[in-house]
Amino acid sequence: MSFEEARLIFKLIRVNPISMTGLIIVTAFVVMGLLAPYITPYPEDAWGLTYNIEKRYLPPSLEHPFGTDEMGRDVFSRVILGARFSLLISVGVVGLALLIGIPIGLVAGYLGGRAGTLLMRITDMFLAFPPLLLAIALAATLGRGLVNVIIALAISWWPWYSRLVYVQVNSIKNLPYVDAAKIIGLSPFKIMVRHVLPNALTPVTVQAALDMGSAILEAAGLSFLGVGVKPPTPEWGLLVSEGWATINIAWWSSLFPGLAILVTVIGFNLLADAVREAMDPRLRKAIVMRRL
Amino acid sequence: MTLLNVVNLKKYFPIRKGLFGRVVGYVKAVDNVSFSISENEVFSLVGESGSGKTTIARCILKLYDPTDGKIIFEGKDITRLKGKDLKDYHRKVQAVFQNPFLSLNPRMRIADIVAEPLLAHMKISRNEARKTAIKVLERVGLSASLARRFPSDLSGGQAQRVAIARALALKPKLIVLDEPTSALDVSVQAQILNLLEDLSREYKLSYLLISHDLSVVRYISDRVGVMYLGNIVEEALTEVLFESPLHPYTQALLSAVPEPDPSLKKLRKRIMLPGEPPSSISPPKGCRLHPRCPRVMDVCSKGEPPLIEVGEAHKVKCWLYAKK
Repeated sequence: MSFEEARLIFKLIRVNPISMTGLIIVTAFVVMGLLAPYITPYPEDAWGLTYNIEKRYLPPSLEHPFGTDEMGRDVFSRVILGARFSLLISVGVVGLALLIGIPIGLVAGYLGGRAGTLLMRITDMFLAFPPLLLAIALAATLGRGLVNVIIALAISWWPWYSRLVYVQVNSIKNLPYVDAAKIIGLSPFKIMVRHVLPNALTPVTVQAALDMGSAILEAAGLSFLGVGVKPPTPEWGLLVSEGWATINIAWWSSLFPGLAILVTVIGFNLLADAVREAMDPRLRKAIVMRRL
Repeated sequence: MTLLNVVNLKKYFPIRKGLFGRVVGYVKAVDNVSFSISENEVFSLVGESGSGKTTIARCILKLYDPTDGKIIFEGKDITRLKGKDLKDYHRKVQAVFQNPFLSLNPRMRIADIVAEPLLAHMKISRNEARKTAIKVLERVGLSASLARRFPSDLSGGQAQRVAIARALALKPKLIVLDEPTSALDVSVQAQILNLLEDLSREYKLSYLLISHDLSVVRYISDRVGVMYLGNIVEEALTEVLFESPLHPYTQALLSAVPEPDPSLKKLRKRIMLPGEPPSSISPPKGCRLHPRCPRVMDVCSKGEPPLIEVGEAHKVKCWLYAKK
């Protein structure tokens, strides 16, 4: 994505209140994730190191805006710190999946032939598994823990990127500017990196923005099923799962982390929509027309 | 002196069908074509779409491997070049394509596009390469202020100048021009043609011009080859070809050029060829033009006509001119 494109995207986001909502949610989430340890009202509660029997199951109040859980910990602090783990997971999963998926799709698409077919058949093998099921199996095998969750999700995720890049590269590699690069005498590696990849990344950027939200959702799913991060890590999915047992007496300890997941995922979706609109020239035109 | 010599060039594209890609036939895009280009000469290939002229260009540019035949450049066959020799060849043979907006990477700045070939072949810093690139841009008539722009900021004519600057940057011997003006406005076409002509004189360049626009071909070329269904059917000096075309196909092709003068228009007779060009998967036996030729004879369907020398540097592939 070039600087000009980024500026245009920002411009289009600013004029659209829905996109702006997405941007605000995502920004708030990222800031919360980065600053979490410093802004939680009860840091010990947030890390899950405390046990206050006299403060168990307190309903939401000014002191504890999201109430307290079965261990008497402040849910608000735990949700805020949870943003850090969700941010780590989403960046880790999408980043790792891109790191595996892009080179495979690029090489398979550009070189084609037998090597390309082999790479894509391997990709298809991974795609043949339902992604969440594959992630559950991997997470269960690797054992609980943040890094394992990221690895498990990334392994079930990269084939989608590699497909997407493959399709893009296939349509780009026959364009005249790629021929021109060949005529200059550039090596296939330089042609791929300088001419093919930068032009293939637009849809990948949009997909990655969407997937940041989905990764949080799936990691929460893994935690909820008991194959995710280790307690007492305040990961949102784990918080929902922990509160689930006591939902009858303390609905707040499940509800607020659940809402955090919901709002963040919606935020990423709105933002991804805005990026997609800004990158599609036809939609871009339609947006400009709508404004007039 | 001969710079490029194409000898019996063939390029067949296999047609594959079914699960295992069984070859069921071939598209004979280029079938036994020979021609040569001298130093500082402009040679044109004309013909309708599908006649194989672009395929020849792509074989010369090493974008396709020819099925058979030789392409001899400066005395060396380049069809099997590898490694350093191939890189040297790329330095000497460049190209300009039809649509400049497709032939320039939309995400690169103008100066970087022109500097790229320099960086690929010379041991110079990015800054030096950019400086040289700006000089080349100025030579092709672009202002240095465009150097930091992207291709989408330019007009068609400006973008084509950038493509020419990129081809020129390495001071090549031969530039393949594949329809260099067909995507441009008529007013811009003339400017680009004049620029190309000036450059060929200044840098002693040879051009292989691929075009279906006969007025462009007539304006700029020294010699012309006319292509029909993968063959060169007539080859002659430009003036000779346009004044006294011999092959029935050339005659029909030239009669299709619009005549702007109404009084002359009445005098001219349009030669119409019936039907469409047949498929190059199974071209007609004998002379490939015979099903459509207005002057067809018995012999035409029987044997392929030889390339007959009828004058100085004038060759025709037609039975009409065979000595009995």
